Amino acid sequence: MNKKQLYILSTICLMVAIMVSCEKILPPEPAEYEILDGPVEGLSNQQSAQFLKGDIAFNDEIFTAQTGLGPIFVANSCGSCHAGDGKGHPFTTLTRFGQIDETGNQFLHLGGPQLQNRALPGFTPEQIPAGATFSKFTPPAVTGLGFLTFVSDADILAMADPNDADGDGISGVPNWIDVPAFVAIHQNAVSQGGKYIGRFGKKASVYDLLQQTVNAYNQDMGITSLFNPIDVYSGLEIDPEVSTQTIHNVVFYLQTLKAPIQRNQNDAQVIQGKNIFNQINCAGCHKPTLTTGYSPIAPLSYKTFHPYTDLLLHDMGSGLDDGYTEGNAKTYEWRTPPLWGLGLSPNSQGGQYFLMHDGRAKSIEEAILMHGGEATNSKMQYQNLSPADKDALIKFLKSL
Amino acid sequence: MKTFTYIFKRSLILVVLFCSFTNSNAQTDTTKFIQRIPADTSKQKLNMDAVYNRPFLTAGKLPIAIGGYLEANTQYAQTDGISDGFSFQARRFTLFFSSTIAKKIKFLSELEFEDGTKEINIEFAAMDIEFHPLLNLRGGIVMNPIGAFNQNHDGPIWDFIDRPISALTIIPSTLSNAGFGLHGKYFVKRWILGYEAYLTNGFDDNIISNEDNRTSLAAGKRNPARFEESNSGLPMFTGKLAIRNRKIGELGISYMTGVYNKWKQDGLILDSKRSASVLAVDFNTSLIKNRLNITGEVAKVFVDVPETYTQQFGTQQFGGYMDIVGTVLKREILGWDNAKLNVGVRLEYADYNQGSFKVTGGNIADDIWAIVPSIAFRPVGTTVLRFNYRYEQQRDLLGNPPALTGVIQFGFSTYF
Repeated sequence: MNKKQLYILSTICLMVAIMVSCEKILPPEPAEYEILDGPVEGLSNQQSAQFLKGDIAFNDEIFTAQTGLGPIFVANSCGSCHAGDGKGHPFTTLTRFGQIDETGNQFLHLGGPQLQNRALPGFTPEQIPAGATFSKFTPPAVTGLGFLTFVSDADILAMADPNDADGDGISGVPNWIDVPAFVAIHQNAVSQGGKYIGRFGKKASVYDLLQQTVNAYNQDMGITSLFNPIDVYSGLEIDPEVSTQTIHNVVFYLQTLKAPIQRNQNDAQVIQGKNIFNQINCAGCHKPTLTTGYSPIAPLSYKTFHPYTDLLLHDMGSGLDDGYTEGNAKTYEWRTPPLWGLGLSPNSQGGQYFLMHDGRAKSIEEAILMHGGEATNSKMQYQNLSPADKDALIKFLKSL
Repeated sequence: MKTFTYIFKRSLILVVLFCSFTNSNAQTDTTKFIQRIPADTSKQKLNMDAVYNRPFLTAGKLPIAIGGYLEANTQYAQTDGISDGFSFQARRFTLFFSSTIAKKIKFLSELEFEDGTKEINIEFAAMDIEFHPLLNLRGGIVMNPIGAFNQNHDGPIWDFIDRPISALTIIPSTLSNAGFGLHGKYFVKRWILGYEAYLTNGFDDNIISNEDNRTSLAAGKRNPARFEESNSGLPMFTGKLAIRNRKIGELGISYMTGVYNKWKQDGLILDSKRSASVLAVDFNTSLIKNRLNITGEVAKVFVDVPETYTQQFGTQQFGGYMDIVGTVLKREILGWDNAKLNVGVRLEYADYNQGSFKVTGGNIADDIWAIVPSIAFRPVGTTVLRFNYRYEQQRDLLGNPPALTGVIQFGFSTYF
């Protein structure tokens, strides 16, 4: 073999080696449990296609002045508030304004319930009207919402204890809300005086993901739809700026995002922390396990899952009372937030924690210590734990 | 106008002639009637000369020279373990037409087809009149002299398949606009000084209203109407000073500024005037008897974004790149007398939103960096076969864990 042939052969061998080793030298996929996005297992091909369309609309579609953004708004895409489908950052924290009692929002005619604090060039952002109270809401993670959707009303009511009959200091009540006409009431829904149980939002003031999606397009981005054609700036009915099909795709995407996967479940310290979680009765509100009822989406039907919430309102004490409310919730009542995915929050919050309803807690411990009202007993028990037990509890919470 | 018509008619004839030769007999030896004019490397050149310093072909006594280049590649890319597989890409097919209209009056045009016919752009179509080496008038569609890459972007020059990130996004190469300006050079022994100053149409409101979801000069140039009107009704200024020493290399400093938004329409004031400006520094040098070449460019962007708009769109950007390319073999290889084998690396970075969040005081990220090792084989000076591996990290606005991307690329680029 002469030199020339050797060159050619070496080059060919090098090229083949590179082709074969492609997978080895390219960045690997993160483990499934390290990320929040991705669909539930068991979707059909058609459902996967709809999931992808919803994924694109949710994470990639950026609204501009030309495509209907604003003119006053909070964010210009769904993904701006829910990076990687996780908890949001104070950058996109929402401000809701209204009143102190449960008589319904008295400021709808003045731009309520949500403050659009940003505006296109040439426009002026909204201001909180005189006399209105307000609260700030940090965007929640959006994973596993399909499972929460299909928990039956009967199961939610079974967890409620409005009169604290069991004497554990924890009551828990549903938020009975008016449901907009475009929302279809679920099978076997329970009604009270024409109102239904809200299960989404910081105050549980949203019935389902369709209502949440339509509201977010309208109130967060100033995007009208067939379901809510009112422009947030002018207050006039205008042409839809997002298609009905896109709304349905986004709702399907949110319904079929997988539930967060717990990490290090078999770690001794995590197991110890889980036991402490139960001993100091955090699980009184943050119910570890729920089950779904029937769902037209088979992978969500009759499933057991672990969200660490009871979807009920609880008195959280004066420290968390912002003087603003929604539905029939009191100003000091907040829906138990699901704890699943808590340990992955920094991955969507810029490497830090921004916890509680408005992101005021910068660590899990700070968040625990901000609990009051019905959670006072659990908080005090936490304060009395040894440093090792506290560490174990925090490690458990970070594993979720 | 007559001159333009004349030149394009002649160009058309030339293209038809070329095509007919090719169609009639694929084996025809074109060297018998086509003369190749290589790029002029004998004189002292600056980066600003790149548009004319290209290889051309001319046939017989036709007054027009034609040139161009093609670049194509295959790539396999993967981000966070997810890949859409292999792609074959015909990135650019570019045609140049040049003509000396009369003594000291020149014309050149550059027509580019990107990704097949996905984008067709006239990147340059200008007439140059030389009154004096220090005073030349250029008018038409001109490349704004900001940074170096924008005017010196031909594929075959580079050992890297991708254009530098900062030269695509921070400075949106190829940036050309309708306008006029002056340029000139001054020679002193080993030194050469050059200047360029143009007034052109500018960007538009899309700089801060686009689907890139960030401040983007590239989005602000997508409006094809910029060749017929200035969106703001005001001219954009671009100026550059460059100095070159034959032994050391070239250093350039350039600045571009203009109002980008539609602040007034039909006599009505809609908004205040908002400016977009770019300051760039570029350099290149050759060491060890031209065996080691270092080329780079950094740019800083300043954009006036309304206080009440979203911080998603930043007021400042910064980015740059540096290519280090060494020739490890220069000899006869496989029958090519003066073939070269180069190895190199590109380091690049772009921060699309410099600043901090008003609400938390934390740093706004939205940045990207990449390292690109390269092996390039140049059988002749006008053709390059190149193999690149690209490793890239990109963070979102909040600074969440970066998306990791790896890209393996193989391709070629050649003048013809």
